Amino acid sequence: MSTLPAIDIRNVTKIFGDDPDAALALLKQGTSKDDVQAETGQVIGVDNVSLSVERGQIYVVMGLSGSGKSTLIRHVNRLIDPTAGEIYVNGVDVLSMNLEELRHFRRTQIAMVFQKFGLLPHRSVIENVAYGLEVRGEEKSKRLEIAAEWIETVGLSGYEHSQPHQLSGGQQQRVGLARALAMDTEILLMDEAFSALDPLIRSGMQDELMSLQRKLNKTILFITHDFDEALKIGDRVAVLKDGVLIQEGTPEDIVLKPKNAHIEEFVADVNKARAIHVKSIMSRDDNMEKCEIAVTEAARCEDVLPLFAEYDWVGVTDDAGKQTGYVTAKAVIKALAKHQGNIETTSI
Amino acid sequence: MFPELVDTRPLRRWVDDSLEWVVRNWGDEFEAAAQPLLFLLNTIQSFLLWLPWWLIILVLVGLAYAATRRLVLPIIVLVAMIFLGLMELWEDSIKTMALMIAATLSAIVLSLPMGILMARSAITRRIVTPILDLMQTLPSFVYLIPVVMIFGPGKIPALIATIVYAAPPLVRLTDLGLRLVDSDVLEASRAFGTTPRQRLFGVQIPLAMPTILAGINQTTMMALAMVVIASMIGAGGLGYQVLQGIGRLEVSRGLFAGLGIVVLAIIFDRVTQAFGKQLQTRIGLSEERL
Repeated sequence: MSTLPAIDIRNVTKIFGDDPDAALALLKQGTSKDDVQAETGQVIGVDNVSLSVERGQIYVVMGLSGSGKSTLIRHVNRLIDPTAGEIYVNGVDVLSMNLEELRHFRRTQIAMVFQKFGLLPHRSVIENVAYGLEVRGEEKSKRLEIAAEWIETVGLSGYEHSQPHQLSGGQQQRVGLARALAMDTEILLMDEAFSALDPLIRSGMQDELMSLQRKLNKTILFITHDFDEALKIGDRVAVLKDGVLIQEGTPEDIVLKPKNAHIEEFVADVNKARAIHVKSIMSRDDNMEKCEIAVTEAARCEDVLPLFAEYDWVGVTDDAGKQTGYVTAKAVIKALAKHQGNIETTSI
Repeated sequence: MFPELVDTRPLRRWVDDSLEWVVRNWGDEFEAAAQPLLFLLNTIQSFLLWLPWWLIILVLVGLAYAATRRLVLPIIVLVAMIFLGLMELWEDSIKTMALMIAATLSAIVLSLPMGILMARSAITRRIVTPILDLMQTLPSFVYLIPVVMIFGPGKIPALIATIVYAAPPLVRLTDLGLRLVDSDVLEASRAFGTTPRQRLFGVQIPLAMPTILAGINQTTMMALAMVVIASMIGAGGLGYQVLQGIGRLEVSRGLFAGLGIVVLAIIFDRVTQAFGKQLQTRIGLSEERL
């Protein structure tokens, strides 16, 4: 596998308005964003953001509404053109493509799932799932066959000939997901894909996405405003605020070392047990005793917590099943307690 | 009184003269250009007159049932058509229907592309909208005079006058329908690498269809509203009966022919509306907008 990142966004700036170049020039001179917006009347959607997504990663861009995250994701398949910056997908410069190349790129390299589903209301479920293949020019029998398979994978068997408006929100988004997966592209863009769903259904879809990802190993750029969601599904997380990338790293980096007050606010409300991998807090000991119970290196604190009811310590094994370390209840409590010292303690 | 500041007579004379010049030099060309319209109208009319009366009733009743899936509308249509036949208005009704259908078809052919152009470019919309306003507000007699001068009285000016009057709502509603298409759906379509043509025919037009159908419904209604005026310049049909009723002070003739127009209007209005509603429920728009 080459080391080239699947998606490479470099110094992308997007300014909305009738004269973006003037605003860009001011911005480059170091004028603050607020001043530029006040002076030129242009709106800065994304401000000099760089990030790169490795193959097979779920990369989550997290931010509140208005942070520019949805604008940013649309640059990757050029639904929006940047004012400045460079975008490479698998090493290919997306911005240099002409219209025909861009269409071919969208048909073959990249698929997208939308917050508001974006289904075609006049087509049945199976025709919706087959839509991308139809645009790509696949034969009818072939595309319906592929579509039927994906409908089954996302658990919508029996709904093939329903109309989208007859389905619930969660089911509609399954159609949206199946439509994107049916394209069999290496890269998947998901713009607040689960944000419009009820919490329980959202959580179910997250689990399903992760189990699908274990099988498919796609590169997923995922946008969300939900910090918990970002921590749950993200291999890496980037936090965006007012168009600026504030912090980027693994979920643990962000929970354990929040860079500023804005991120601390998110972290305060978050379920840290979900964010912290046991691997990052485990102890290593060359001659440790054989453990009675073990978890894999992918496990998070919330996975081992229930085990402490029975055991004093839990082993950690690598993919091959070899024990690489152990965690104690004490270590987990320490990790979870960090950064939450706003209650006064007294010692008697 | 407003003072007479300039002498407007040369301007008036210039307008009159130029029209006369056009009639004298280009009359034949205009008439040749309008032949397809006349052919369309005559074909529809002779076809409908050739069909047996019961088949026409059967088709209309069948359409009404297909559109509503209930018995109410088909029964109304049946009763209305039998009324037309009994009142000896059958042939005139067919002629009026033919004029309406020909005008509506021509209006569709002209209006859909125009509406699409307007939806795609703001400049076109800015130019076309005032023209549409003019077409709808200018008293029809004003443009009937030059049209009759160019083509002579007969079916062509009647058809043209009807098209001018009936096309604007379809253009407007096509434009509106296309612009109201959910931008999220369009964006999704774009993300899958569609060409503008694939988006127009695969997404925009199907989703705008209920609105476009409402435009067609408006066009048929306005075409029927024009038939009396059209009959003054030789269109024949129910309008001509109304006109004769007025001329001879024969109230019954005018009344029954007038009721005949109303009957046709009800049939075509209800049938096209029902089709529009059916389409709306099928793509789930009616629930969404409630």
